[in-house]
Amino acid sequence: MLRFALSRLVSLGLSLVAASLVIFAVVEVVPGDPAAFMLGMNAAPDTVAALRRELGLDAALPVRYLGWVTGMLAGDFGISYTYRVPVAELVAARLGVSLPLAVYALLLSTAIAMPVGLLAAARRGRAADWGVMAGTQLGIAVPNFWFAMLLVLVFAIELRWFAAGGFPGWEAGLWPNLKALTLPAVALALPQAAILARVLRSALIETMDQDYIRTARAKGLSGRQALLAHALRNAMIPVLTILGLQFSFLIAGGIIIENVFFLPGLGRLVFQAITQRDLIVVESVVMLLVFAVILVTFLTDLAYAAVDPRLRRRG
Amino acid sequence: MRWPPALAVGAALTAVFLGAAALSFLWTPFPTDGMDIAARLRPPGGANLLGTDHFGRDTLSMLMVGARTSLAVAVIAVGFGMAAGVPLGLLAAATRGSLVDEVVMRGNDLVFAFPALVIAILITAVFGPSAFNAILAIGIFNTPVFARVSRGAALALWTLDYVRAAQVAGKGRARISLEHILPNIANLLIVQGTIQFSLGILAEAALSYVGLGAPQGTPSWGRMLAEAQTMIALAPHTAVFPGLTIVLAVLGLNLMGDGLRDLTDPRLRRAR
Repeated sequence: MLRFALSRLVSLGLSLVAASLVIFAVVEVVPGDPAAFMLGMNAAPDTVAALRRELGLDAALPVRYLGWVTGMLAGDFGISYTYRVPVAELVAARLGVSLPLAVYALLLSTAIAMPVGLLAAARRGRAADWGVMAGTQLGIAVPNFWFAMLLVLVFAIELRWFAAGGFPGWEAGLWPNLKALTLPAVALALPQAAILARVLRSALIETMDQDYIRTARAKGLSGRQALLAHALRNAMIPVLTILGLQFSFLIAGGIIIENVFFLPGLGRLVFQAITQRDLIVVESVVMLLVFAVILVTFLTDLAYAAVDPRLRRRG
Repeated sequence: MRWPPALAVGAALTAVFLGAAALSFLWTPFPTDGMDIAARLRPPGGANLLGTDHFGRDTLSMLMVGARTSLAVAVIAVGFGMAAGVPLGLLAAATRGSLVDEVVMRGNDLVFAFPALVIAILITAVFGPSAFNAILAIGIFNTPVFARVSRGAALALWTLDYVRAAQVAGKGRARISLEHILPNIANLLIVQGTIQFSLGILAEAALSYVGLGAPQGTPSWGRMLAEAQTMIALAPHTAVFPGLTIVLAVLGLNLMGDGLRDLTDPRLRRAR
C-alpha cells in the first residue's frame, strides 16, 4: 500500500508540474505582452514598461516560471493587479464560500443517489426501477444553472423560504450561511445525483450477477441482505470513480452556480478578473482549480486501493 | 431492423431541433434582429406562442435562431475532438506500451485535469469571449475522451486474428489502423460522438450563460437564460422556455446515443 501511495504521489507531482507549465505558457507566452494586455490599448509605453517591471516580466522566461511556482509553494500568488492586495488573500476569502458549497453538494448528491440507486437495483425491471431510470435520464439533461433559476423562482420568489441570493459571511454564524448555500447546493447536486444513481444501479446489477452473490444467496441470505452486505461494497469502485470525476464537475458547476446566486466565491472572482484583465488572479485561480482536480484524482486512486487490494499492484 | 423506442424518441427530438435550426435560415414566426418595445415581455399564448423578451423579441423565433449557435458549436467541437483524439488514440494503440503510447496517455490525463469551463476561462481571459473560443474549449475537452475510447477499442481489435493476418501479409501499422481498425470502431465513435454532442450543448449553454461563449447580439440559449435571470420574477416564461429547450435537445441526443449503443455490437460495448 505504501509503495502504491508513493508511486501515485510521484505522478501527482508530475501532473502538477505539467499543468503549471501549460497554464504559465497560455497566460504568459502565447498572447504577447501581459502588461500591455492588462492595461488595454490606450496605455502609454512608459506605463506598460513600469507594469512590466512591477510584474517581473523583464526577467527570462524560466526565471519567471520558477519564481511563480516557488512563490505559490510558499503561499505567495502575487499581487492582484486590480485589487492591489495579495491574490492569496483574495482566493482564501473566496474559498470559504466555494469549498463548503462543493462539499455540501457532494454530500447531498451522495445522500440522494445511494438510496435511489439501491432501490432501482433491488427492484430491477419493475415500476420503481423504471421510474428511477426515467427520472435520472431527465436529471442528466437539466443544465444546473437553469435548475438553479427554477429553484429561485419557486423557493425564493413564490414561497419565500430562501433568499434569492447573497451570502451573509461566516461571522454571521453557521445556520444563515448553510441556508444561503442550500439552494445552490441542491442545484449542483441533483444533476450529479442522477448520474451517480445510474452508475450505482448498473454496478450493483452487475455484481448481483456474480457467483459469490449466488453463493451468498445459497447459504441463506435474502436478496436484500446480499445486496447490502456483499454487492454494495463491490459496486463502490465505479461509484468512487464517478465521485472523483464529479468533484471536478462540482468545482466547474459551482463557478457557474455562484453567478446565479451572487455568491462571493471563486467563480465570481474569476469572472470579475476576466473582465478587468487581471491575469494574475485568473492564472492563480485556474491553477488552484486544476490542483483540486488532480488532488481529488490522487485521493480517488488511494480510495480504490483501500477498497480493492487487487488494484494496489497496478502501480 | 427494429428501432428501440429510446432511439426512435431520441432521433425524433433531434430531428425537430435540426429542422428548427435549418428552418430558421428561411423563416421564423417573427424577425429576431429588431426591437419592439411595445411588445415587450408578453406572456405565452396568442401571436407570440412562447411570449416575448425584454426587447419584445419573439421567444420561439429566438429559440429557433439560437438552435443554430448551440448545434454549430457542439457539432464543430465534436468534430475537433474526433479529428484530434481519434488519430492519437489509434497511434497509441498501434504503438502499445511504447514511449509514444505513454506520452499520449499522460497527455490525456493532463487535459482531463482541465474541466471544459476552466479551459474556457483560460482562453477567454487571454483572447476575449467569442463563439470560436467556446468551440476551442469544448473541442479540447472532447479530445482526450475520443483518444481514450478509440485507444481502448483499438487495443481489443489489435489482438484479433484478422489484424494479425494483415500484419503477416506485410501491411504497416498505419495502414492497418486506417483500413481495419478505424472502420470497426466507427460505431463506437458515433455513439461517443452523440454523447459528446449533448455534453457540448450543455457546455455551450453554460459558457454563453456566464459570458464566455456567444457574444452579445448572437441569439443563444445560454445567453437567453442569462438575460432572463434579472426578470425572472416579472416574466418567468423568459427563463422557462430556453431551459426546457436545452433539456429536450440534450434528452433527445442522450436517448439517441443510448439507443445507438444498444444497436451496435454488444462485444464492442465491453470495450468501452
